[in-house]
Amino acid sequence: MSRIRSLITVSLLGSMVFPTAVAAQEMIADTTSRKQALTSWGVQFEELEYRYSDDDEELGVWSADFFYGTDDLKVRWLTKGEYAIEEQAYEGLENQLVAQVPISDFFDAKAGVRFDTPEGPDRTYAVLGITGLAPQWFEIDANLYVNEEGDTSAGLDAEYELLLTNYWILSAAVDATVAFSEDREIGVGKGLVSTETGLRLSYDLVDRAFSPYIGVVHERKYGDTADIAEAESGSTEDWFAVIGARIAF
Amino acid sequence: MKVRLLTGLLSLLMPALVLAGEYNLTVDRVEIDTGDFVKEGIGYNGKSPGPVLRFKEGEDVRINVTNNLDEATSIHWHGLILPFEQDGVPGISFPGIQPGETFTYEFPITQAGTYWFHSHSGFQEPDGAFGAIVIEPEGREPFRYDREYVIQLTDKHPHSGDRIMRNLKMMPDYYNRQQQTVGEFFSDASSNGLMDTIKDRMAWGDMRMMKADVEDVQGFTGMINGKGPAQNWTGLFEPGERVRLRFINSSAMTYFDVRIPGLDMTVIQADGNNVQPVNVDEFRIGVAETYDVIVHPRDEQAYTIFAESMGRSGFARATLAPEEGMEAPIPPMRDPARLTMADMAGMPGMDHGDMDHGDMAASEDMDHSSMENMDDSKMKDMDHGSMDGMDHSKMGGDDGQPSDPFYAKGSGIMPVAANDGKFLSYADLKAQKPLYEEREPTREIELRLTGNMERYTWSINGVKYEDADPIRLQYGERVRFKFVNETMMTHPMHLHGMWSILDVGAGKWNPIKHTVSVQPGTTVYMETEVDAPGQWAFHCHLSYHAAAGMFRKVIVEGGPDSTQAKTDVAIEEGGDA
Repeated sequence: MSRIRSLITVSLLGSMVFPTAVAAQEMIADTTSRKQALTSWGVQFEELEYRYSDDDEELGVWSADFFYGTDDLKVRWLTKGEYAIEEQAYEGLENQLVAQVPISDFFDAKAGVRFDTPEGPDRTYAVLGITGLAPQWFEIDANLYVNEEGDTSAGLDAEYELLLTNYWILSAAVDATVAFSEDREIGVGKGLVSTETGLRLSYDLVDRAFSPYIGVVHERKYGDTADIAEAESGSTEDWFAVIGARIAF
Repeated sequence: MKVRLLTGLLSLLMPALVLAGEYNLTVDRVEIDTGDFVKEGIGYNGKSPGPVLRFKEGEDVRINVTNNLDEATSIHWHGLILPFEQDGVPGISFPGIQPGETFTYEFPITQAGTYWFHSHSGFQEPDGAFGAIVIEPEGREPFRYDREYVIQLTDKHPHSGDRIMRNLKMMPDYYNRQQQTVGEFFSDASSNGLMDTIKDRMAWGDMRMMKADVEDVQGFTGMINGKGPAQNWTGLFEPGERVRLRFINSSAMTYFDVRIPGLDMTVIQADGNNVQPVNVDEFRIGVAETYDVIVHPRDEQAYTIFAESMGRSGFARATLAPEEGMEAPIPPMRDPARLTMADMAGMPGMDHGDMDHGDMAASEDMDHSSMENMDDSKMKDMDHGSMDGMDHSKMGGDDGQPSDPFYAKGSGIMPVAANDGKFLSYADLKAQKPLYEEREPTREIELRLTGNMERYTWSINGVKYEDADPIRLQYGERVRFKFVNETMMTHPMHLHGMWSILDVGAGKWNPIKHTVSVQPGTTVYMETEVDAPGQWAFHCHLSYHAAAGMFRKVIVEGGPDSTQAKTDVAIEEGGDA
C-alpha cells in the first residue's frame, strides 16, 4: 500500500514537474500492425496440365507464380516448364525473379532476371515488363528481354475469362514472342517467333483454390524460326488436348 | 503487475463510488458451429458471441479481461463514451493485452442503450471475438415493452480473417459469385436490347468495375445470437406482449436488410440513442450499427426474423414464437443487387452533368473521354462541386419511385421493402432528445472515401493509414465531417470516443450515432462535438477495408488539465509495450 502511495506521489509530482503539454499523442507510439504496410503472399498455378499432341507427343506443363510483398513492392517468382514425358527432357524451362511496383491504377512495372535452363543451351535475360488489367477485362503481361549476348526479344500474353456461370469459366489465352535478333543456337529466328493459343474450360471445385479444366492448345512457329525448326526436322505447328487444374493458395 | 498497480492507482484517484460493478471476461479459442460448417474461432468466456454485458447508467465498471490466446488481444467498447485509454485500440489507446495477461478496464457508464464490444486486434473480430452490451437507463424510458432480446447478427465465414484478407489481395473477386455471366448477358439483351446491353457491358468494362461488386466477401453463413439459419435461434413471447429487439450488426463485411413478415416494427433507438419512433416494414443495418425496434405480436403464431444480406448472397434467420419449436416460413431471397452508373457518380473523372439516372440508359450518356482520368490516379483533377447540390429535403420520392436521399438517385442498391411498404431511411431518424446544444460547426473536414477494387486497397483522401498523418482536432470545437464516397462500395464510418451527429436535415433533432454509412456516389455530413481528449481511431468498419488502409488516427489536442494528468499516468504505464 505504501508503495502504491509513493507511486502516486511520484506521478503527481511528475505531472507537476513535466509540463502537461507533453500530450498523450506523443507518448503512445502507434504500434498497431495496421500502421505497417500489409504484407501478403500467394501462389497461383495458372496452368498445371498434361498435354497430348496431334502427333502423339506427351508433355507435362506448368506456369506458376509466387508473390510476396506489399501494395508498393512485390517480389515475384514466375516459373514455366514443358517436360517431354517420353524423352524425359525439358523442352522449355524458364524461371523469372522480378520486383514489381505499381505505375498506374491498373498496371504494375516489373524488372528482374530470367533464367532459361531447358535441354540444350542455357540463357540468362534481363527482364523489363508491365502487367495489369486493360479495359474490357483483358489481363495483359508484356515483357522485353535482353540476354548477355545482347539478343533482344519481347513477349506478350493476353488472357480473357468468360463466365459461362459463376463456376464454369472459359478462358482464352494468347502468348506471342517476337525476336529482334536471331539466336540460332536455341532455334530462334528474327521476327515473329511463335504463338501459343489456349482455350480452357474450368470449374471452380474448391473455392478458387482448385479448378480442374480441359482444353485445347495450339502452338505455331513462324518465319525464320519455323525454317530453323524444319531444318532440324522439328514440327512448326502442334495441336494439343490438355487436362489439368488451376490452383491458387 | 504493472496493470494491477495502474488499476489500484486509478481507483485511488477516483472519488468514492456509489455504484460499481465488476465483470470478468476471458478471451478464448472456441469452436463455432454455424449448422453449415464448424470452425475454430475466438470468443469470450468460452463462447462466440460472448456474453451480453448488462450495465447501468451511472455505474462505474471494472472489467477484467484475461487473454488465454497465444497472441495479443484487445477489447473495444463500441459506441461507449469513455476515457481514451479505456477504448481498447492497440497502439492508439493502449498497448494491447498480451497472452496470459489480465487487463482491467475501468470506466464510468455515462449513457444508456444497446451497444457491443469486440476485439480491435488483427482479424479476431471476424473470427468471432464480439459480444453485446445493454445499458439500462437511470431514468424512465419513453416507450413501453414487456420483454427484450438482443439480436446480434454476424456473417460467419468458413475462412479465417487472415486468409480472407490474403485471398482478396491475390484475387479481389475471390469471393464474388454473383458476377455477370453469359446467361445474364442474353437475358439482359432480350429485355433491354442487344446494343444497349453491349454498350452497358463496354461502359463497365472500360472502367474495369463490376456491377456485381456489392459484397466483397460472400460464402458466409448469416447468424443470429450464434445460431445459423438451420439452428434457428428462437425468442419466446406471450401474444399481446410488446417485445423489444436490440439488433446489433457484428458482421465483418455484411449489411443486412431485416424484416419480420407479419409484424410492423417501431424503430425506437439507433446506435444506442433514442429516436422519435418510426414504424417500418424493413430496415437496413450497416456493419457495426445497432437498431432497437419494438414489435407487438398479437397472435399465437411464430414469426420469422429474416435478415437478407444487402447483396443477397446469404441470410440470417431467427424466430419469435409463443412456444419453443414453432416456426414460420422462411421467405426466398430476392435477386442479387446490381450497381448502376449512379453508384459510380462519385468516382473521379465521371461526368456528373450528363448522367441520366435511368439505369441502363445511363451508360449511353457517359462521357468516356473524361473517364481516362481514372487510369492515372490524378486525384486532384476531381470535381466535387456537383456533389454539393444534394438537398435532402427535396430528394424524397418525387416521382413515386423508391427514393432515399442517402443513396445516389437511381442507385442499384437503393433498398425497397419486400412488401412494398416502408423501408427505414436515415432521413427518418430524429433524435428523441438532443445531446448537445445546436451550434455552427467551427470548421469542415472533407474525407473522401477512396479505393481501388482491383488492388484491394482502401484509403481516405487517397492515402492509406500506413502513410497517413493523424487528423488533429481541438478540444471544444465542433467539426463538420464531409464524407464523399468515390468508391462503388458502402462504407460504415466509425469514429471512436465522440458522437457522430448525422446531418439528416433535421437541425437540432439530427440523430446521434457512432457509425455512419456512406453509400456509393453520395456525400454525407456529420458533426462532432470534440469533447473527449486523447487519441482515437476513425475507420471504415468493414474489417478488410479497415485493414487495407481506410483508417485514421484522430488526435484531440487540449482539454481539461485533470484528464491530461490521467492520460500521462496511463501512458507512463503503457509506454514500454
